[in-house]
Amino acid sequence: MKNINKTTDEFNKIVKKEQPAVNKVSNFLKAYLVGGTICLIGQIFWELYMTLFDYSQQDAETMVTITMIFLGGLLTGLDVYDEIGQFAGAGSLVPVTGFANSMVAPALEYKQEGFIIGIGANLFSIAGPVLAYGMVSAFLVGLIKTLF
Amino acid sequence: MAEKTKGQTLIFRNPPHIVAHASIVGPEESKGPYSEYFDLHLEDAKYGKDSWEKGEERMAANAVNLSLDKASVTPADVDLMLGGDLLNQLITADFVARDLDTPFLGIYSACATLVEGLTLGAALMDGGFADCVVAFASSHYQTAERQFRTPLEYGVQYPPYKQYTVTGAGSYVLGWLGGDVWISHATLGKVIDLGVTDPNDLGSAMAPAAAEIILQNFKDLNRSINDYDLILTGDLGITGKKVLTALLEEENVIPEDKLMDCGAEIFGYKEEYGSGGSGVGASATFFGSVIIPKMKAGEYRRVLLIGTGALLSALTVKQKESIPAIAHAIVAERIPGG
Amino acid sequence: MVGIFLKAFLIGGLICGICQLILDNTDYTPAHIMVSLVIIGSVFTGLGWYDPLKEFAGAGVTIPVSNFGYILTKGVQEAAEKDGLLGLFKGVLDIASAGISASVIIAFFMALIFNPKE
Repeated sequence: MKNINKTTDEFNKIVKKEQPAVNKVSNFLKAYLVGGTICLIGQIFWELYMTLFDYSQQDAETMVTITMIFLGGLLTGLDVYDEIGQFAGAGSLVPVTGFANSMVAPALEYKQEGFIIGIGANLFSIAGPVLAYGMVSAFLVGLIKTLF
Repeated sequence: MAEKTKGQTLIFRNPPHIVAHASIVGPEESKGPYSEYFDLHLEDAKYGKDSWEKGEERMAANAVNLSLDKASVTPADVDLMLGGDLLNQLITADFVARDLDTPFLGIYSACATLVEGLTLGAALMDGGFADCVVAFASSHYQTAERQFRTPLEYGVQYPPYKQYTVTGAGSYVLGWLGGDVWISHATLGKVIDLGVTDPNDLGSAMAPAAAEIILQNFKDLNRSINDYDLILTGDLGITGKKVLTALLEEENVIPEDKLMDCGAEIFGYKEEYGSGGSGVGASATFFGSVIIPKMKAGEYRRVLLIGTGALLSALTVKQKESIPAIAHAIVAERIPGG
Repeated sequence: MVGIFLKAFLIGGLICGICQLILDNTDYTPAHIMVSLVIIGSVFTGLGWYDPLKEFAGAGVTIPVSNFGYILTKGVQEAAEKDGLLGLFKGVLDIASAGISASVIIAFFMALIFNPKE
């Protein structure tokens, strides 16, 4: 016979009351602000690549992606991106900088296990699903379009 | 000779003394308000080694060796070592024992491991099977984080009630002579699961187990909160402590300011550490280095120390299992006339 | 000219904001969010919605990770038109090649240069 007899629902009510609340409105605004700013920076690079370096629209777009991946990776290496993530949540997760972060972070974490089974094997430990589902979904969409 | 109550509590007729204790804490804990209480401080998380795991091993080994020095015993004098940590296969404790010429039992109940070690050690001594026992435990932020959560540099957002694993190791030498505190009773806990599934809120998952063991201890010994000067929980954190208080108050136990949590205290309630510390390192360092000196000074005479452990693994979380928890308790008393 | 900057901010921010609402109100993990976005990007491309969106918001839809779904799918579609079934396989990385190669190469060197925090 136990001393504490509560159902999960009864207990969850207590937990919800005592837990510090997550401020969803401020989280939304922070995600919006940071995510929007990252996209704005991307747009500025895009215009720069087209006007200053004479890239085509398509190549400039690709250069922007590479630039943002570089910046996301660099800020991860400099131990800054996790702080941005704690502040911005989805705002820094969703942009391609966050994708770069999701590759660099596990690679760094397992660096001490060596270059091949450490860095090499862990580059995709978080980013892998994105690529797998992206490719499979692209294939299926293409298949449907081809068949119909 | 030991005696068992009808419930879950052991009464030690010859209470083993905590002869010596040593603690080491990590860089973040060294910035906290209790920094000066701890014996040694890590400047970096790898402690001069080339991996975090080796750093944790060195930290735990140094805690054990320092406690032996303080007690003026050698590893050969020790009848048994009981140790554990949070890593798979108890790898830290195993590797510490590798370098010592002492029989060793590895034990695991997550963050209740230290109290489990003290309980087993005291029971074996009172039962006549040992005269000198070492109980130690360690936890480490980086090693635990990568076993249980996501990479450190990964930019995910944690809720304000998340706890941060304490980097710390504590070692206790139990013997018959010396020291200021002895272990008079131990209450053995059951695994409790009230269905918490959020791995960021271990404090709330463990609070019911803590409440359960407190009430059981009171029932078995026919005691009330007034019989204790301090109820010290291991690592419920700020949120878990509030949940525990709410649970106890529903059972008409009003802890008021008698309730203290090692994890909540160790970082000094700073916002950047969320709900405070977790990990067995919290109770392993805090009880020995902060509370025992205060007991010696007469601030507390009888303390109920509760180790609280969340029994999850990275896999059970992914399989959407809830988080069972365990708590064990020991009664630590100032040795009369000591 | 100024309009595209504002639209990139507003639309890009909105996508992130909506994802934050999903994170805060459901059991979805960041991995679920990322995968869902890529699939949505892919499906939108199939339906012919992504190009107009890009026209309208520029980097507002090419910076979010849904863009991976777009470039992967667009490559498949273009190759399938040319090579039929074989194109379904050949085309996956046609447009995405630069982005994916860059992320692997850059991430590798970042991991080589830096060390995780102590």
